[in-house]
Amino acid sequence: MSLPDEYTQYPRRGEGYDHDFYTWSNIHTRPPVRWPGDRSVAVFLTINLEYFPITPTDQPFRAPGHMVTPYPDYRHYTVRDYGNRVAVFRILEALDKAGVTASFAINAAVAERYGALIDAVKAGGHEIVAHSTDMNGTIASSMSEEDERALIADAQARLEAATGTKARGWHSIARSQSWRTLDLLKEHGLTWCADWVNDELPYRFANGMIAMPSSVDLSDQQIVAVQQHSAEAWAQMMRDAFDWLADEAAAQSSARVLPIQLTPYIMGQPFRIAALEDLLDDLAGREEAWFASGSAIASAWEEQQA
Amino acid sequence: MQEGAPDPGLYDYDPYSDRKKIVWPEGKTCAVWVAPNLEYYEIDPPLNPQRKPWGRPHPDVVGYSYRDHSNRVSHWRMADVMDRHGFPGSVSLSVALCDHHPEVVADGVARGWEFFSHGIYNTRYSYGMSEEQERAIIEDSLETVEKATGQRIRGWLAPALTHTPRTLDLIAEYGLDYTCDLYHDDQVQQVKTKTGNLASIPYSLEVNDHYGFNVYGMAGREYADSLIKQFERLASEGDQSGTVMCIPLHAYLIGQPHRIGPFEEALRHIAADPRCWKARAGEIIDSWRAQQ
Repeated sequence: MSLPDEYTQYPRRGEGYDHDFYTWSNIHTRPPVRWPGDRSVAVFLTINLEYFPITPTDQPFRAPGHMVTPYPDYRHYTVRDYGNRVAVFRILEALDKAGVTASFAINAAVAERYGALIDAVKAGGHEIVAHSTDMNGTIASSMSEEDERALIADAQARLEAATGTKARGWHSIARSQSWRTLDLLKEHGLTWCADWVNDELPYRFANGMIAMPSSVDLSDQQIVAVQQHSAEAWAQMMRDAFDWLADEAAAQSSARVLPIQLTPYIMGQPFRIAALEDLLDDLAGREEAWFASGSAIASAWEEQQA
Repeated sequence: MQEGAPDPGLYDYDPYSDRKKIVWPEGKTCAVWVAPNLEYYEIDPPLNPQRKPWGRPHPDVVGYSYRDHSNRVSHWRMADVMDRHGFPGSVSLSVALCDHHPEVVADGVARGWEFFSHGIYNTRYSYGMSEEQERAIIEDSLETVEKATGQRIRGWLAPALTHTPRTLDLIAEYGLDYTCDLYHDDQVQQVKTKTGNLASIPYSLEVNDHYGFNVYGMAGREYADSLIKQFERLASEGDQSGTVMCIPLHAYLIGQPHRIGPFEEALRHIAADPRCWKARAGEIIDSWRAQQ
């Protein structure tokens, strides 16, 4: 039996995208962007603070990094908790020593459960970014609009109550969105999200939200946990990326964003942390580098848009 | 092909040792062609019962936007690096890209690249297509690419490497010269089809950046090193009879900022070797045919 006729018909074949989320543009021919102090590479460091209940749900899908073995999976529950108890404090200290700030994408449940950690994040001058309720709070198009709206509202309200801060930015778990997520994020007062990995500068979604650069390939999850490279190899890749972006920014007289995503239970291990410390020292010493929170980058970009 | 037979009967067995000597222009021993995939993936295509287009429920924000990086950012980065070291592209083109992002296709044309078809979209699979449907995508490819680039396509890389038993016969019937879908050799080989004169040009899965990064999980520096080793061996074996090395690329992979620098070093190394013939796919086929 052959395929139905519609399989070789293409209703959205035409100039632009086959969706209406945003429009096409070539980063190399856009009006130039500059960062404060005439820095050319914004280092957008994101640290994920996540709470994995030992009772995972598979609706709409099980988050990557979630429980693996039959209940009770002490192995994965505790190593992820190690991230929030021990490893993240190594990372906070590394940021402090290098004199740089970052964005912390925080599950509401972490903010509620670990007040001292939130105090440390705030004391370091870091940004708080909304990152769902806990790691059971995944989003997909199979959810009802009502359930998705409730999830985003709950994450936002609980994070605000526990931290005293209303987040401007949003990270979805596994960067997964439904067809309506962008509109629901906007409805809840969020102004940017970092789920789409298609650009190296912020851009505007059609509904007014700002897309912040993000990269699957530059996360420690992908490089260290999935591809099994060492922390030193990971740091080398970040240096290679920074060097390239700085050169390209100079050649094109415009700016770039280097998104780096860190997972405390991975990069905050004793045998890996020195690679991060050395990298932060190096990059903080680069005259092109601007370490900035997502909101600072979004604001700087927005001010330069006509 | 012989449908249902254990050996599809696409070519004769021709052992690598003691083959007729092929010599590339100016006595070069290894023809190196770079094959950027310029692709368009649909966010919500109709379903083919034999293959899901996306790993996750639609919209697969990561899968879609990961590939979209090519058409917003990394295509130009990759293409500039190729230009700097004198490598033209032979493009496996999602033909609908001519409609969606004509600027990307025009950039390849301006750089003197050759275009062949990689189907209409990389999200429409040939599995289960009727002969009529398959003819339609070949005719669409011929017309659309000619209109957008002025070139008549000479080659085929099946969309997402999906085939029917009749694909090779059909592209030969339409007068195409080469297929990139067979991975059985490091030299150009004749393919048996019902009509026409079809050659198989060496493409590569193993040194494809998709395999390097997504299958083998290589670091950019490891991948660059594997390209150099692949070239060194093929250039050396090419003393006996000229070999072909293909470097298949996807800008969203190779054009990431942490990989493009090491890749440029590999291209610099290969370009500087006097045994390297930097060629387009069609030129390799022409030179090979002239020596048959």
